[in-house]
Amino acid sequence: MSDATPQPQGVSLVVRGLHKSFGGQKVLEGIDLDVRPGEIFVIMGPSGSGKSVLLKHLIGLEQPDAGEILINGEPVGTPEIAARYRMALVFQSGALLNSLTVEENVGLYLTEHRLKPPAEIQKIVAQKLADVGLEGVLEKMPSELSGGMKKRVAIARALVIDPQLILYDEPTSELDPVSSVIVGNEILKLKRRIGVTSLVVSHDRDLAFGVADRIAVIAEGRILTIGTPAEVKAFNDPRVQNFLHADFKRS
Amino acid sequence: MFENIGEIVLLFWRTLLALPQTWRQRQKVLDQFFEIGNASLLMVCMLSFFIGGVIALNFGPALVERSLANAVGGVVGLAIAKELAPVMMAILIAGRIGSAMAAEIGSMRVYQEIDALRTMNINPVSYLVLPRIVAIAVALPLLVIFSVMVGWFGGAVVANFNHQMDIPFKVFFANMRDLVELQDVVNGVCKSFCFAILIGVVSCHQGLATIGGPRGIGRSVTKAVVNSIVLIVIFDYLITSLWILLAHWGLI
Repeated sequence: MSDATPQPQGVSLVVRGLHKSFGGQKVLEGIDLDVRPGEIFVIMGPSGSGKSVLLKHLIGLEQPDAGEILINGEPVGTPEIAARYRMALVFQSGALLNSLTVEENVGLYLTEHRLKPPAEIQKIVAQKLADVGLEGVLEKMPSELSGGMKKRVAIARALVIDPQLILYDEPTSELDPVSSVIVGNEILKLKRRIGVTSLVVSHDRDLAFGVADRIAVIAEGRILTIGTPAEVKAFNDPRVQNFLHADFKRS
Repeated sequence: MFENIGEIVLLFWRTLLALPQTWRQRQKVLDQFFEIGNASLLMVCMLSFFIGGVIALNFGPALVERSLANAVGGVVGLAIAKELAPVMMAILIAGRIGSAMAAEIGSMRVYQEIDALRTMNINPVSYLVLPRIVAIAVALPLLVIFSVMVGWFGGAVVANFNHQMDIPFKVFFANMRDLVELQDVVNGVCKSFCFAILIGVVSCHQGLATIGGPRGIGRSVTKAVVNSIVLIVIFDYLITSLWILLAHWGLI
């Protein structure tokens, strides 16, 4: 596969002054960030720092108390924008529908919106599953899959939408190191092949520094720093350094 | 329960708005219909037979003692058609199907499957709620018609074989025909249609409102069943009162 980055089909994403509280508890306190078309942008931070809540705002599952989110300069949240831009979220758990087979799960978007005839949907589903390295799983139920396979089926389901923006919520959580690398490589391959904009929320340092074009570090609902992996590594803030270098100490 | 009435009414309204998509969701409607109707048939049959029997057993000997043997068929027929079949079937379906609806949708909510639907621009009301409510609204009235038949038969069997009554089948059904009108059965079936909507909307709402993990799902299931049963009993009284009022005004 060529490493040349194609003309991006991805969109830009801008977040300005995003605030969110739940029951008086502030979760996001003025988030500002710019994601460029076709880049892999990783948001890192400790558990409970507001990463997943931020992601839910970006896809429209939560409404902000204040602030705005722009896709290609247009505010998200209206049905027109949702119809114009194709966005997909790969959930932390995969969120596959347990009552459907893998084939039905991956083809759900096309089937429910009647975008293609059934025979064509079957072909597309098989192709998308092959793209993420899964074959022979069409008839399996989600409960029969391993954690890594579920994540890859969830990515295949996202790819069926032919997305311009893919959001990943903790894509390597609960995965063994080998499966984590496979998922990370899938994210990279998608960028190279279709130039999709990818926004990854994770506290996995290996994944972040392995795939990111740029990284934002978030803590207690605020962005601490944004930059290339090298810039973030060099950023002189004890909270960032603690997060990046936390390790077991052996006596 | 009462603090959620606004949300329940809103869900009902959204389901009405989604009704034009019923044909598109027909496979899911049929699946649910099979689950509600066919899979409940044996239980409905047993319950109805014994309800008919026990009504005959309770009222029959007392009526026969007072030389009112010719009223036994009518009493059993009326009680089953107007009240017992619709209410008992609704309670049975609330327990069997309402709980399943709340559990299934609740677990989809907890495990983010409903969020996944939303991100794919699939309306959870059209995809999950509509097929269930359409299926139960058709299945429950049909089950009630079946239940009325079996209940009458159960009453007739007990009236025939109980030595205190000894009422032949022919006489029992002739008495029933004298007292029970088609309108009585229609009343019961209409009531069951309202109960079906009630069970469907309350249970789906409870499922969609589930929070927390497995304990939250358990809580939703309990609430769905209890709230459905309480509302069935309240609406039973209200619908019966309305029926009597309409009959008094000569409108039915």
